[in-house]
Amino acid sequence: MSISVKNISKSYGKVQAVNDISFEVKEGEIFGLIGPDGAGKTTLFRILTTLLLADSGTAEVDGKDMVADYIDIRNHVGYMPGRFSLYQDLSVEENLEFFATIFGTTIEENYDLIKDIYVQIEPFKKRRAGALSGGMKQKLALSCALIHKPKVLFLDEPTTGVDPVSRKEFWEMLKRLQQKGITILVSTPYMDEAALCDRIALMQDGLILEVDTPENISKRFPTKLYNVSTDNTYKLIQDLKSYDSMHSVFPFGEWVHYADENKKFRPIDLQDYLEDKEHTNINIEITEPTIEDTFMELSDY
Amino acid sequence: MRLSGKNMKTILIIVQKEFKQIFRNKAMLPIIFIVPIIQILILSYAATFEVKEVRLGYIDNDKSSYSRDLISKFEVSTYFTLTGEYTSQKEGQDAIQKGKTDVILEIPSNFERNLIKEKQTALSVQIDAINGAAAGVENGYITQIIQGFNNKIRMDLMPYQPQQQNVKRIQFTPSFWYNQTLDYKTFMVPGIIVILVTMITFFLSGMNIVREKEIGTLEQMNVTPIKKHQFIIGKLLPFWILGIFILFFGMNIGRFLFDVPLLGSPVWILLFSSIYILVFLGMGFFISNFTDTQQQAMFIAWFFVVIFILMSGLFTPIESMPAWAQKITEFNPVRYFIEVIRMVMLKGSGLKDIMPQLIKISIFAVVMNFLAVISYRKTT
Repeated sequence: MSISVKNISKSYGKVQAVNDISFEVKEGEIFGLIGPDGAGKTTLFRILTTLLLADSGTAEVDGKDMVADYIDIRNHVGYMPGRFSLYQDLSVEENLEFFATIFGTTIEENYDLIKDIYVQIEPFKKRRAGALSGGMKQKLALSCALIHKPKVLFLDEPTTGVDPVSRKEFWEMLKRLQQKGITILVSTPYMDEAALCDRIALMQDGLILEVDTPENISKRFPTKLYNVSTDNTYKLIQDLKSYDSMHSVFPFGEWVHYADENKKFRPIDLQDYLEDKEHTNINIEITEPTIEDTFMELSDY
Repeated sequence: MRLSGKNMKTILIIVQKEFKQIFRNKAMLPIIFIVPIIQILILSYAATFEVKEVRLGYIDNDKSSYSRDLISKFEVSTYFTLTGEYTSQKEGQDAIQKGKTDVILEIPSNFERNLIKEKQTALSVQIDAINGAAAGVENGYITQIIQGFNNKIRMDLMPYQPQQQNVKRIQFTPSFWYNQTLDYKTFMVPGIIVILVTMITFFLSGMNIVREKEIGTLEQMNVTPIKKHQFIIGKLLPFWILGIFILFFGMNIGRFLFDVPLLGSPVWILLFSSIYILVFLGMGFFISNFTDTQQQAMFIAWFFVVIFILMSGLFTPIESMPAWAQKITEFNPVRYFIEVIRMVMLKGSGLKDIMPQLIKISIFAVVMNFLAVISYRKTT
């Protein structure tokens, strides 16, 4: 096991940030922590990167104990915090060189590992980090986190605030790093990114709701799911919520996702109901549940 | 602590990084080079207790040769400038009230006649005492001039009793050691250099680590295998070097611009200041461990600096403070450096003379840095 977490808890005063969490990450896996802001993802990251001591529980990273072997862990993990935290007044090259030296290595030694990423920012290597665009900052941060060839990479919301193209590129980079044998623990509030992980843990309020592959998580949705749309989405949500056998209703892009309690549910009945409520242009079709649907289901929103 | 090559390399790269950051910070260069010059120039010239150019107005009710003689004595004195003659006491008081003059000398009518006939007379002197210290000094000057005038009159009027005069008066000539001409700048410049070194090392080191906290880089540093002592040494060494640089810079300004003597060996000043700077680096580091923003760190640092400066003996002598305040100054590192730098520069003191201060400052340095190191945690 690359990461193994057992019954970790941490509270800040009365707020229970992480509550008795256990999970395991296999070697070479991309493991996603999926959950809304405040779910406890960052706290968990800080504990696993030895920045924060847990109140109780144990954890091992790369076979080393989080508390006893913390120095060893620091030598073998890369951490990219959610907030850009490199030296803004140093140039791209200087930042990379600084972190390489701190880890007792050189850029040349591990250049092959960061090459794919670094070549994209190399034309700007004399530019100060503070003057880079968001996507380039993120690439630099990833390069710095990788420069000492870590075995485990911790990425805390790496794509928050990054444009869709850069996000896609970033995930492609992660896939390539995975092929080089690096275990990656990544957190994200975006459900579409969850599908790109090998396995995911759904987190909310300091608890883990479910751990499984994205496909299995989607399959956990208990009933059939329908896409519904009419001309008046707002009124549609109100009306669906007051439908007798309603199980869950929430907006999903241009659609409204609707699930019904009743096993014998027929879309035609719903159609009639909505027509009675004077909806026009009614569309009802069956759809595959996504991770987001399962998350909403499990978290009782 | 192993001083292996790798260890040194880590420290060096941090030092190198700090210097790059210092010199890239646009606000930093003026602080390091221009602020010392301005402070030494302005403070040394302006923060003086010498009272000069006292404005004196007079009311001459006698208009005799004696009264004119007395007034001309003031006229030729370098300490006084005459603002003019007033016709009445009321007019003179108005002038003080309006701040047009500092002193009013009133010569009574029959001044000359009384002096000759009755061998005595009285003068009235009114001094604006808003600034009590200045008024005292002015009074001294006036008394001196009148005394001189008095002696001359005595000679004129009683030329045949030289012996009696000798018996009555004790002549004395003060000799001011270590600062013969009582040049205020000689006294101030060394003290101001101390203040400069203190402020720059204290403020910059205090804000530096907090700044890394603010921008989040401290967390990034903390996940690296970098060791506590490497980080602390790497962070503080640049400011130590900067402090020593400011010291040299300031002392050279003092020597070449103000002719402040350097009687003792600069080695002792260097020795003392290299430990002294450690005290303030430790304090700055300590403060930054308990603050989250540069603003908080700055306010706390200011609080201490103001107390340290006012109780350092720079502006007001420690001997004239109340006993409890004198006790407090025992814990003021600035006080010891000011003592040492004045002793070495003006008096030519050696290692033996500054030993008590050196021991005390070393204790401060050890205690302060010990507190700073134990309060710094890589994990929270």
